Amino acid sequence: MKRLLLAASLLALTAGIAQARDQIRIVGSSTVYPFTTAVAEQFGKTSGMKTPVVESTGTGGGMKLFCAGIGADQPDFTNASRQIKKSEFEDCAKHGVTDIVEIKVGFDGLTVANSKTGPDLIFTKQQLFLALAKEVPDKDGKLVANPYKTWKDVDASLPDEKIEVLGPPPTSGTRDSFVELVMEQGALTIDSLKALKKSDAKAFDTVWKSIREDGAYIDAGENDNLIVQKLEANPKAVGIFGYSFLEENQNKIKGASIDGGAPTYETIASGEYKVARPLFIYAKKQHVGTIPGMVEFVKEYVSDKAMGEDGYLAAKGLVTLPGDEAKKTKAAAEGMETIKGDQLM
Amino acid sequence: MTDTAIAAPRRFSDNDALVAKRYRAERRFKLYGIAAIAVTAIFLVLLFADILARGLPAFFESRIDLSVKVDQAAIDPQNSKDPKVIRTGDFDTPVRDSFRALFPEVTSRADRKKLLGLLSSGAADDFRKMVMGNPGLIGQDAKVPVLLSDDADQYMKGRQTGVERIKPIDGLTIKQNGENYTLSVVSPESVGFKIGDIVRANGGALRISGPVETDKEIPAETVTAPKSLDPVASGAWDIVRFTVPESSRRIDDQEALWLEQLKEQGVAENGIAWRFFSSGDSREPELAGIRGALMGSILTLLVTLFLCLPIGVAAAIYLEEFAPKNRLTQLIEVNINNLAAVPSIVFGLLGLAMFLNFFGLPRSAPLVGGLVLALLVLPTIIIAARAALRAVPPSIKEAALGVGASHQQAIFHHVLPLAMPGIMTGTIIGMAHALGETAPLLMIGMVAFIVDVPAGFTDAAAVLPIQIYLWSDLPEIAFQSKTAGAIIVLLVFLFVMNAAAILLRKRFERRW
Repeated sequence: MKRLLLAASLLALTAGIAQARDQIRIVGSSTVYPFTTAVAEQFGKTSGMKTPVVESTGTGGGMKLFCAGIGADQPDFTNASRQIKKSEFEDCAKHGVTDIVEIKVGFDGLTVANSKTGPDLIFTKQQLFLALAKEVPDKDGKLVANPYKTWKDVDASLPDEKIEVLGPPPTSGTRDSFVELVMEQGALTIDSLKALKKSDAKAFDTVWKSIREDGAYIDAGENDNLIVQKLEANPKAVGIFGYSFLEENQNKIKGASIDGGAPTYETIASGEYKVARPLFIYAKKQHVGTIPGMVEFVKEYVSDKAMGEDGYLAAKGLVTLPGDEAKKTKAAAEGMETIKGDQLM
Repeated sequence: MTDTAIAAPRRFSDNDALVAKRYRAERRFKLYGIAAIAVTAIFLVLLFADILARGLPAFFESRIDLSVKVDQAAIDPQNSKDPKVIRTGDFDTPVRDSFRALFPEVTSRADRKKLLGLLSSGAADDFRKMVMGNPGLIGQDAKVPVLLSDDADQYMKGRQTGVERIKPIDGLTIKQNGENYTLSVVSPESVGFKIGDIVRANGGALRISGPVETDKEIPAETVTAPKSLDPVASGAWDIVRFTVPESSRRIDDQEALWLEQLKEQGVAENGIAWRFFSSGDSREPELAGIRGALMGSILTLLVTLFLCLPIGVAAAIYLEEFAPKNRLTQLIEVNINNLAAVPSIVFGLLGLAMFLNFFGLPRSAPLVGGLVLALLVLPTIIIAARAALRAVPPSIKEAALGVGASHQQAIFHHVLPLAMPGIMTGTIIGMAHALGETAPLLMIGMVAFIVDVPAGFTDAAAVLPIQIYLWSDLPEIAFQSKTAGAIIVLLVFLFVMNAAAILLRKRFERRW
């Protein structure tokens, strides 16, 4: 009983502590996590303030936490591997989170890669769509279950190997981006599907959003390192993951070129390699003044030594913004300009 | 009542066959058992060997011993000797200057930047700590261990490429040919050049770029331009051959040659990485440590233990010895058994709703983690404690009651001490279970990058399995060995806990 009382009093005591906070709290995307943590660490080392705590919750989960309200027990920043949605912005506003600062920090290239001992792969988005969609149009434009077994079935220029693609599961942001950037674009290059989009947009969405489930596409889990290891062991398999993993493992795997662009730092930055997505962080401006260090943290993030071409984020695999866009982002971020809901989708 | 009523007795030979069959069955079963254990043992050995092989490099780091001038002007211009002032001093410049001094031939800006890239971004941390601990060093020269970057460290550990060094017995002539060079030796066959080999001569390094044909000069491209084109005598030049081609490594030929130079100068050393145990998480693999996660795990388990043990044992004693047997207690019993089988993520959701949203406790705190894990292991402990109490022979309690002890005295003085070893085992199993949990902690924000080592129950903290999960997901290759290293630490933690349980049990058993 004494211990119980002790525990209860401990609870009461800590409830008081929770009110004040001198440490920045960040939630959100696991894709932006490796970059935000690097900034957080530098910020902690150089500013003399506490190092921010960065949680890896996923973009959607992060938005939900970020939009839950204002106050010391709510996060100050959220990482996102896509732009905030209009619905999320409205949810934020409903809970009093009205002043949101958007900072575009760079790009993340998505790569389709295979083992160095395997063949050199050159894909188009259309070929990838045909290889991976659950239903594809046949000669007459009618949708049938995906009949392709080997890459050669899809296109004669591709190797005569079984289609075996290791990729992220449906819960992953990487998968969402891959589906939007490759599958949707690939589907749009096929005339019968273009026509379908006009006549029945919903049916079209189902076509490009559905990945085949007959064993050709294998959910390899959220851990990109595991996919790399499996590719190394199986030269016939093809994997889908973020560019930074390709850069780190260039002794084991090589990236396939898609629509004429091979994935390199330069081609992603210049936009020549088109399978890339922008990465964002969002700041809660209403916390400035209550939580110490928020403006300084943003400044560290957009500083040249972090986000610049030779900055430490580039060394960590982030593809940084091109010159003019970087300047614009920097000015907007340092001025803590808030976004308005009507520009969002 | 005649003999005919009795069945014919079984013949001896029949009996023998039956007995033999039974023995055979028994031997077969023993064999199955041994085979099962052998298979398990093989898997266990493979698992441990794999983890050890991957994880051991995490406990070592590559450093270079530099002689650094502790510059008064850069570190403590006012000569205040105040650690606070010294902390903000510029320690990077002296370290960089003395590192550059090892390579006087590197002069271009781009090359110097590349050279400094071999040092860790935390290279000056040890130096700073050293000077803060001993301000008397200011103004003198100090021997400082300087940490290399993760890629350089991987190279030094031989995980980027193999290296062969060949010292040919032959003279070498170098000719310049525009931007490139050509090499010739007296007998190319005996030297055995290959494309990609690097020839070091006259203070430069040239990479063989073209076909190696006898009687012809061998084309080569510049890695570092040689200082002169004088003929080189036998023994004054050598060949460095990397087994992995340059395009497949993160360290290029020039960087690799610099690192080779460090090795040859004898300043590079491979020491135990104490910082793996003394620092918190970091995004730089060479700086990352598990102190934060270890402290987080200890703090969390302390909260769990101090909540679970008294509540669990009290509940078990009451339910087993005092509670009336009726519908209500039956319902409670069934529910405790059910709770023990509830997936752990559900407790995380409960923790989020109750401790964070309702009580307003801080996110990511070991206190909340401990509370959630306490909910998780409480049913296990109650069930184990009840089983242990039930296993004590009733005669003990009855004897105590017989000499006039009260019910409570009989239980607390006689039954409980005898049941203690069983309760301890149950508790330790519960704790081990809690030590390995990540799912419920995800919900309460403990899956996070936390640099500062937690000092209290309300500081933000991660725990060991979460640290393993977070590291396994990072792109840097060096984090893979850190991941395995953290697994080794987690296993050792587990062994220590189990050993403590066995020791405690032994002590209790001896007393009774």
